[in-house]
Amino acid sequence: MANPQLIMYDEEFKQINAVIEKLLREANAKVIFLVDKNGQLITGCGETERFDTTSLASLTAGNIAATGGLAKLIGEKEFSILFHEGEKDNLHISIVAGRVILVVLFDTRSSLGLVRLRVKKSSEELSAIFGRLMQKSEEKEKSGDSEFPFAEITDDDIDNLFS
Amino acid sequence: MSFINYASREINCKIVYYGPGLCGKTTNLQFVYQKTAPDAKGKMISLATETERTLFFDFLPLALGEIRGFKTRFHLYTVPGQVFYDASRKLILKGVDGVVFVADSQEERMDANVESVENLRINLIEQGYDLDKIPYVVQYNKRDLPNILSVEELRRELNPTNVPEFEACATTGEGVFETLKAVAKLILFDLKKGK
Ligand SMILES: Nc1nc2c(ncn2[C@@H]2O[C@H](COP(=O)(O)OP(=O)(O)OP(=O)(O)O)[C@@H](O)[C@H]2O)c(=O)[nH]1
Ligand SMILES: [Mg+2]
Repeated sequence: MANPQLIMYDEEFKQINAVIEKLLREANAKVIFLVDKNGQLITGCGETERFDTTSLASLTAGNIAATGGLAKLIGEKEFSILFHEGEKDNLHISIVAGRVILVVLFDTRSSLGLVRLRVKKSSEELSAIFGRLMQKSEEKEKSGDSEFPFAEITDDDIDNLFS
Repeated sequence: MSFINYASREINCKIVYYGPGLCGKTTNLQFVYQKTAPDAKGKMISLATETERTLFFDFLPLALGEIRGFKTRFHLYTVPGQVFYDASRKLILKGVDGVVFVADSQEERMDANVESVENLRINLIEQGYDLDKIPYVVQYNKRDLPNILSVEELRRELNPTNVPEFEACATTGEGVFETLKAVAKLILFDLKKGK
C-alpha cells in the first residue's frame, strides 16, 4: 500500500523522546512535536499542556500536505522546511526521514538560526531511529511475530466503544 | 494508515467522509461532535469559507475508549465536496483507513453523487488504494426531504458492490452514528486481520 503502517515500539519511543528533549534544551524552544504525515501526533515535549496538541498535529499535517501540493505544481519534490513568524511565537516545521514532521515552537529567547542549526543535527538522529523502526516493523510483519492486541477483538468490543 | 503505538498503547485511525458538495458531510461531523461526551472528543476544526462551505477539511478527533488495553482513537475528516477543490481532496485521502461516502438522496443530485464516487475511486488509486478493498460504507443522506430517490435506485448507481449502507438525516442525526460505527468496525476488523 501507499505508506507502510507506522508502528512505534517502546525502545525507539524512548530514543525519539530523548532526541527531542535534547533539541528542546539546545534550541531554547518552548515546545516540540513530532507528527506523522497523516496528522497523527507521535510525541511531544516542553510546554505541551498549553496547546491543543491533537489539533496542532492535524493542522500541521494539512499545512505540509498543502505546501507539498504547491511544491509539486512548481516542479519541486517538497518544501522540506517551513517557517511561520508570529509576533511572539514562531513555528519551524521540517520533514524528517521523508515521512515525519518535526515542529519546533520558539520565541525571542531563541532565534531562527539557532533552531535551524539544532534541528539539522537532531533530524539526522531522528532519521536513523525512524529507519530502524521501519525495518523492525517490516521484520516483525514478515516473521508474523506481532504482539498485535486485536487478534481477539469481537463485535461487542467495538459496540462498547460507542455506548 | 493507522498508527499503532506500543509505547503509549494507542491506536489511531483516519476516517474520511467523502461526497458531493452540500451532501451533508460537515453536518455528520457536527452531529457526532454534539453527541459525544466532552472527555471523548477534541476540538472540531473547520477550515471553511465564509458561507460555511468546506475549504480544506473538517477535523474531529474522537477518543472513544479502550480495546484490549489500547486507547482507540478515530480522526474524522471531511473533504470539500465542490468539484474544483479536487487537489485538496487528494491530500486528505492520504493515509486513510476507511471511507464514508455520503450521498445526497435528492433526485437532482444523482449526477453529482455518481461523479463524486468516480472521483473518489480515481483519487484513491492515485494514493495506492483500491475502493473495493478498503473499509468503505455508504450513507444515503437527506432522507427527510420530499424529492428523494428510493434506496433501490440509489443503491444501483452508488453501491453496486453492496457495502454496508445506511439511510440518514444528518441534521437530526438519524443514521449518523450507525454509519460511523459501521466504518469503525470494518477498520478494526481489518487491523485484526493484520492488513
Ligand atoms: N434537510 C436536510 N438537510 C441537510 C441534511 N444534511 C445536511 N443538510 C443541510 O445541507 C447543507 C449542506 O450541509 P454540509 O454538511 O455543509 O454539506 P457538505 O457536504 O459539508 O458540503 P461541502 O463542504 O461544500 O462539501 C446544510 O444547510 C445542512 O443543514 C439532511 O439530512 N436533511
Ligand atoms: Mg463541508
